[in-house]
Amino acid sequence: MPLAAAAVLLLACMGAHASPLQDVLSPAGPQASHIRDLWHITLAVCTLVFAGVLAALVLVLWRSPRAASTTAAELRPAAARERRSGRRVGAAIAASVLLLLFLIVASVLTDRAIAQLALKDAVRIEITANQWWWEARYDDDDPSRTFTTANELHIPVGRPVLFTLKSNDVIHSLWVPNLHGKKDLIPGRTATLQLRADKPGVYRGQCAEFCGFQHAFMAFLVVAHPLADYEAWAAGQRRSAVASGDAQAVRGRELFLGGTCVMCHTVLGTTASAHRGPDLTHFASRQTLAAGTLANTPEDLQRWIRNPQQFKPGVNMPASNLPDEDIKALAAYLRSLS
Amino acid sequence: MSSTAFDALKPSGMPRPRGNGVPPTAADSAALERTWRDPPGLVGWLSAINHKSIARRFVLTTFGFFLAGGLLALLMRLQLAVPRNTLVGPDLYNQLFSMHGTTMMFLFAVPVMQAVAGYLIPLMIGARSVAFPRMNAYAYWVFLFGGLMLYAAFLLDIGPDAGWFSYVPLAGPDYSPGKRVDFWAQLITFTELSALLEAAIIITTVFKLRAPGMTLARIPLFVWAMLVTAFMVLFSMPSVMLASTALIMDRLVGTHFYNPAQNGDVLLWQHLFWFFGHPEVYLIFLPGLGFISAIVPTFARRPIFGYTAMVLSLIATGFLAFGLWVHHMFATNLPELGKSFFTAVSMLIAIPSAVQIFCWLATLATGRLNLKTPLLFVLAFFFILVMGGLTGVMLASVPLDLQVHDTYFVVAHLHYVLLGGAVFPLVGAIYYWYPKFTGRLMSERLGQWNFWLFFIGFNVAFFPMHLLGLQGMPRRVYTYPAEMGWGTMNFIATLGAAMIAVSVLLFIVNLLRSRRHGEPAGPDPWGGGTLEWATLSPPAAANFDAIPVVHGSNPVWEEATRPPGTPSAVGGLAVDAREQLVTSVLDAQPDHRSQFPEPSIWPFLSAVATTVLFVGSIFTPWAVVWGAVPVAVATTAWFWPRRRETRTHVALEQQP
Repeated sequence: MPLAAAAVLLLACMGAHASPLQDVLSPAGPQASHIRDLWHITLAVCTLVFAGVLAALVLVLWRSPRAASTTAAELRPAAARERRSGRRVGAAIAASVLLLLFLIVASVLTDRAIAQLALKDAVRIEITANQWWWEARYDDDDPSRTFTTANELHIPVGRPVLFTLKSNDVIHSLWVPNLHGKKDLIPGRTATLQLRADKPGVYRGQCAEFCGFQHAFMAFLVVAHPLADYEAWAAGQRRSAVASGDAQAVRGRELFLGGTCVMCHTVLGTTASAHRGPDLTHFASRQTLAAGTLANTPEDLQRWIRNPQQFKPGVNMPASNLPDEDIKALAAYLRSLS
Repeated sequence: MSSTAFDALKPSGMPRPRGNGVPPTAADSAALERTWRDPPGLVGWLSAINHKSIARRFVLTTFGFFLAGGLLALLMRLQLAVPRNTLVGPDLYNQLFSMHGTTMMFLFAVPVMQAVAGYLIPLMIGARSVAFPRMNAYAYWVFLFGGLMLYAAFLLDIGPDAGWFSYVPLAGPDYSPGKRVDFWAQLITFTELSALLEAAIIITTVFKLRAPGMTLARIPLFVWAMLVTAFMVLFSMPSVMLASTALIMDRLVGTHFYNPAQNGDVLLWQHLFWFFGHPEVYLIFLPGLGFISAIVPTFARRPIFGYTAMVLSLIATGFLAFGLWVHHMFATNLPELGKSFFTAVSMLIAIPSAVQIFCWLATLATGRLNLKTPLLFVLAFFFILVMGGLTGVMLASVPLDLQVHDTYFVVAHLHYVLLGGAVFPLVGAIYYWYPKFTGRLMSERLGQWNFWLFFIGFNVAFFPMHLLGLQGMPRRVYTYPAEMGWGTMNFIATLGAAMIAVSVLLFIVNLLRSRRHGEPAGPDPWGGGTLEWATLSPPAAANFDAIPVVHGSNPVWEEATRPPGTPSAVGGLAVDAREQLVTSVLDAQPDHRSQFPEPSIWPFLSAVATTVLFVGSIFTPWAVVWGAVPVAVATTAWFWPRRRETRTHVALEQQP
């Protein structure tokens, strides 16, 4: 009965489909693939052991005679049978030791395989975690070619990426399951993480270390492009913001630069140059708002500006008491920053 | 010294208290009951020091905290049942999981094992009491007040919200202003104090108060498990006490232990916390193994297979448990080579557990089985714990851990280990020893329902979490977007949680109903072999009318085959005074007689004074200074000698 229940449950769970955007078992690069292979090996060994122990238990329950509380205890079990039990227990222990040694070796070899990534031509990205968003600085030997973005990374397919990980406040953890395991971002320490994407696609990542109120909404996207597309994107990111000539957007720009927005945000090419919140220079090129809290649509953007606390309680951005017209103008300006 | 020299010291009019006969007479039993029972009335209730009264209160208190922690878990499951749920906001949710973890680890799992041990160990080793009975009472009161303080804070909406692990700097002064984390850190002080005292009590009791003849090689395995656990408490808890004291000093008096800006280190916290935190898992798990080793022989009608291997496995687990804390920190930037060492140790600790599992299987295979509820809960262990242990082996591997660390996979793993390894055996143990505690058996029919609902509900609730983790769902999120596709399995998990809740309700009904309407049990309803089954159910205040003399590992079973002419019990111990036989550590040779203290209100008052100091220090450092005065007064009064007791001592010092 418990086995049947477990089987039914297992099938029900397999049927439930999850998003492959953020999935350990849908690897898109060598690191995640190696780990997936290790997972399959370990799962096979563990399933074997589990089935073995349960089979032994079922056999024991089936074959052992029944007794009552009043049955006299067998104080001196037959010596021959005890020796036979001893041999079986010894064999089972030896098998467990061998299987565990096998798993240790497999684990260490996988660990080495993951670390072996030639970093020639690596894209270098410095990630700084904040409560509750991600800042990404794309580094370059030529300082004029560095640029900063937030909450959405783009990387070239087939080229190694070297992340340098820092935190501005508490401990966070960077995790894009389709590409690699986690690495903590620890204040006062600098960590690195190397990975490569081999398949183009959009992969979702999320903070994995509890970091306070909005730990649940500290997500980001990693977009893996063919190299040419990546270079085009990066060139776009290096340019200053291009303001739209649309009247509403112009009005929004005035509001943005004349209001409190500039106390936290940067828009390259304007007087807004603060770093408390995400860089908005190419805001319209991103797919999500507020580190994966909402989709980046005009409606959601207006709702977000009006009252961020409604969607992400505790976030540092305050609610706005601007009239609807102004909020629409602000949204129009931000949506024009492509 | 001659007997005349003693006589000179002896105050006139104080005859030597009478000793018990073998076999004890009815007058002996009545006198022992008068001597060892707790005083009547409210003051008497607060002064109680009988180990069974204290243990009963302790078990009930921890069970109360278990229910509270379970309710918090139900609320969390309701919140997560559907995506973007707004039932509970992030503020309350963070408090819920912090309180759930803190409650289950500090207010339930560790203390409940020590509490059950406080009841059973003296009975299992043939003693009249635990060692240091007043300290035992004090440890209980401190624990109770600490737990109440935490829940008072939670109900006032100042419950801790930085997790049961309180990682700095999130739990530090900059990112957790207010008093929330202070209450958490001070709760640690309370419960650690209590746990350390209990550990000292258990170690002393097991080493010095065993019945004559109970050599180390004849101690029941549950007692061995608790002994190893107590030593682990002794070595692991100071680490978290140090860590939480440094945290509260960072928060309250401006030190910088964990402040990277002043050359403090945030990873220092993680090392100190997990140096305690991982052994803690095993000090929850080892008593569970002890319960199984007590239940399996009784229901297989034979002694355990491989006693020596079992004992060595327990001790090996105790040592290895201190060598794997870094597997909680694989995602930090510690040196990679060092992590491989911790991978190896984390995997190898599976071997002692495997040894025990195989020995139990061998015992069951060569025994005759009595399939009652306690055994069912043990059999569930084989399914649940083995699965939890295997996912533990996965987590030991650095690459796999980097993927599933801090996801629902770990939530599934830890519940499989802790419920399978500790709670299922514990519930089985309660079915097993309930007749000893109360004199009545629990209902077998309700027990079966209780078991199957719990077993199925547990798997429905926690199995899907493995898959959620692989699908990328992190832990400690108060909600999740619908497009992640985690909704179905979270809903299934919530249904499972509801089943567990119904099963726990049935358990409570069974506990309450059986208290009055259960079948009378008699001293030994299951036909058990260890000493607790040799006395009344419930046991008399002094446990045994005459301290038994032990000739083997299963004294009750072996009584019939005791060689003629060997003694069955110890005669001549005082019945009018609290006298306890003290024996040698290795062979339990009678060594000397010791006078045990009488009930006193001062342990209770000392606990109140300690509580005032601890709670006060959350609000002002001066509480440590001024609060120490009442503590000093109360503990001095506690140890103040009383004339009557001294006279009895002197009278007992006579040569026999």
